[in-house]
Amino acid sequence: MAAVQTKPRRRPKLAVWKFSSCDGCQLSLLDCEDELLAVAEAVEIAYFLEATRAEIAGPYDVSLVEGSIGTLHDAERIKMIRKQSKVLITIGACATAGGIQALRNFRDVDGFIRAVYARPDFIDTLATSTAIQDHVKVDFELRGCPINKEQLLEVLNAFLNHRRPVVPPMSQCIECKMHGTVCVMVAHGTPCLGPVTQAGCGNLCPGHDRGCYGCFGPKETPNVAALTKQFAALGWTDAAIANALRSFNANAEPFRAEAQHRETPSQRVPS
Amino acid sequence: MTMTETAKSASRTIKVDALARVEGEGALTVRVKNGVIQDVKFRIFEPPRFFEALLVGRPLTDAPDITSRICGICPVAYITGSSQAMEDALGVDVGDGIRRLRRLMYCGEWIESHVLHAYLLHAPDFYGLEDSIQLARKAPGVVERALRLKKLGNRILEVIGGRAVHPVNTRVGGFYKSPAKAAVRSLIEPLKQAVEDSLETVRLFAGLEFPDFEPDYTFVALHHGTDYPIERGRIVSNRGMDIAVSEFEQHFDEEHVAHSNALHGVMTDGSGPYMVGPLARYALNHAQLSPLARDAATGAGLGPVVRNPYKSIIVRAVETLYACEEALKLAEAYEELVVPAIDLPFRAGSGTGCTEAPRGICWHGYSVDADGKITAARIVPPTSQNQKQIEADLRAVVQDNLHLPDDKLKWRCEQTIRNYDPCISCATHFLTLTVERE
Repeated sequence: MAAVQTKPRRRPKLAVWKFSSCDGCQLSLLDCEDELLAVAEAVEIAYFLEATRAEIAGPYDVSLVEGSIGTLHDAERIKMIRKQSKVLITIGACATAGGIQALRNFRDVDGFIRAVYARPDFIDTLATSTAIQDHVKVDFELRGCPINKEQLLEVLNAFLNHRRPVVPPMSQCIECKMHGTVCVMVAHGTPCLGPVTQAGCGNLCPGHDRGCYGCFGPKETPNVAALTKQFAALGWTDAAIANALRSFNANAEPFRAEAQHRETPSQRVPS
Repeated sequence: MTMTETAKSASRTIKVDALARVEGEGALTVRVKNGVIQDVKFRIFEPPRFFEALLVGRPLTDAPDITSRICGICPVAYITGSSQAMEDALGVDVGDGIRRLRRLMYCGEWIESHVLHAYLLHAPDFYGLEDSIQLARKAPGVVERALRLKKLGNRILEVIGGRAVHPVNTRVGGFYKSPAKAAVRSLIEPLKQAVEDSLETVRLFAGLEFPDFEPDYTFVALHHGTDYPIERGRIVSNRGMDIAVSEFEQHFDEEHVAHSNALHGVMTDGSGPYMVGPLARYALNHAQLSPLARDAATGAGLGPVVRNPYKSIIVRAVETLYACEEALKLAEAYEELVVPAIDLPFRAGSGTGCTEAPRGICWHGYSVDADGKITAARIVPPTSQNQKQIEADLRAVVQDNLHLPDDKLKWRCEQTIRNYDPCISCATHFLTLTVERE
């Protein structure tokens, strides 16, 4: 420690916010069993409802935001949180892409309300579920459904030390190569979203003899159309392809666009 | 609702705007006038996510992955229940090897979820602390033990399911890949330590102070002749109910109330609220506990039935001990599956599934068509079933404790809700909505 430092450094204030979600991404912070107590020493946990009833007023040095925007109330709340946060980091597919609940964006919502619900007047909900970045400026997006807790620690560490996080936007394919995992699509003809999906999960699905289902969302500059052409060559229908792209990151633009394209084949330009 | 009280000293409102240390978003309002409770509302304002509606039209094989996203704390409950329901609809029996591997994975979820709740969320109430970080400073070693146990629960999920939150290795019909025998065996030594850690946990929680409160609950849980219920059994109650999982809808219903985004579970015979979860499981399956878990419960001063909901923290510790022993037994006996998943012969039909999530029974029912598409879905999670009982408990607790100052009464109310380990994210799926178009 430099001798010129005269007063102890103030611990940065960390806040964890929840919107529409399953709680799994903020749980990932509590799942850092080996690091949790060290994190709690390094930062001041100023707001984290899942873990503590103590609340410290803003502004906050770092806000982690989980969940998507699905109500008018939440659309207002995220603006207040942005104002109080020096750095705002979104964690998980709900926050970065709208989550699985964004499947309602592609349905006739009015139709299924009438079909399913007895008292629609009791509930306040928007017709869409959208990402946090659709509402406020976001400083960093951490992908995954759920996020990888090691990546979370890396991102926190990076922002607290004013450096860029090492979270490469490369494809899942690179992760398979790094793990020495045999390509499930080439070797077994199993459709796999790995070529268009961002790495980071730890090579999970191909490592379990399963095609990647895209829970980390689109990688940087994905060529989704080229991949789905290969899915079609393996015998998949347009409907099955659209379905595969419409899961936890359905509202992420490259996945959304190709799913829509596959669902309306008559509009397709012949290639 | 209008406030009509004029004498300020005679009226009190206890409000918790955002309930802490639960999963999801909930709030509580209690209004008291002249010593009489006017209103108790445990509100769930977690936005609804409409899982049942989203599932319709999807391939039935999507159900485990999609429903797991209902809850990041208990994904295995949704994966297992939805898989069972689809297998039931297709007339598929996965056999004992796959069932036992599911049970082993589910033990991991019980350990992870129970330890998270008991140590990190519920215990601070009993010590008068805001959170487990304060607990770690006050009682070094205790939180470290909790984290060691929780990590092992998560490790089991990773070894069998590929990851702790939203496992990837599970599917309708079984597993994508049989976990390597060596990986499962590597759980054995840590599980032996975990049995000791959970015995310590039972002893620790037995020494806490508990408010006097013993309602005559209607308990509902799964029951199976040979096992403590996790992934199989009939649905039974302490009032003589004994039904197959497929008969659930004839006996249970849900009602929609204005103040909550979750439906309230009720029994169709009009007999009032009921409780699911650790106290219900324990009371209805005491004889199916392991001898060690039963002895530990006796040592902690528990009889075969526990009605004090605050003591659910001890019962969770007893169940954690059981889950560690059971996981140890299953890991020692594990052999790799020759066929990790059964083929699925698509046919039109309906099926049901039910398992014991850490918070209580979680029921699934689906209809599917001959192409393997879902045509109808219904999921009844434990927290919506408990919600009516939570309000009944709050009403009684407030009435018994009106002498407490507001901050103490508020604390006691929060603690009363946490007795149920409510998973609010889980409880809000079938909700009604109004659409606002911007």
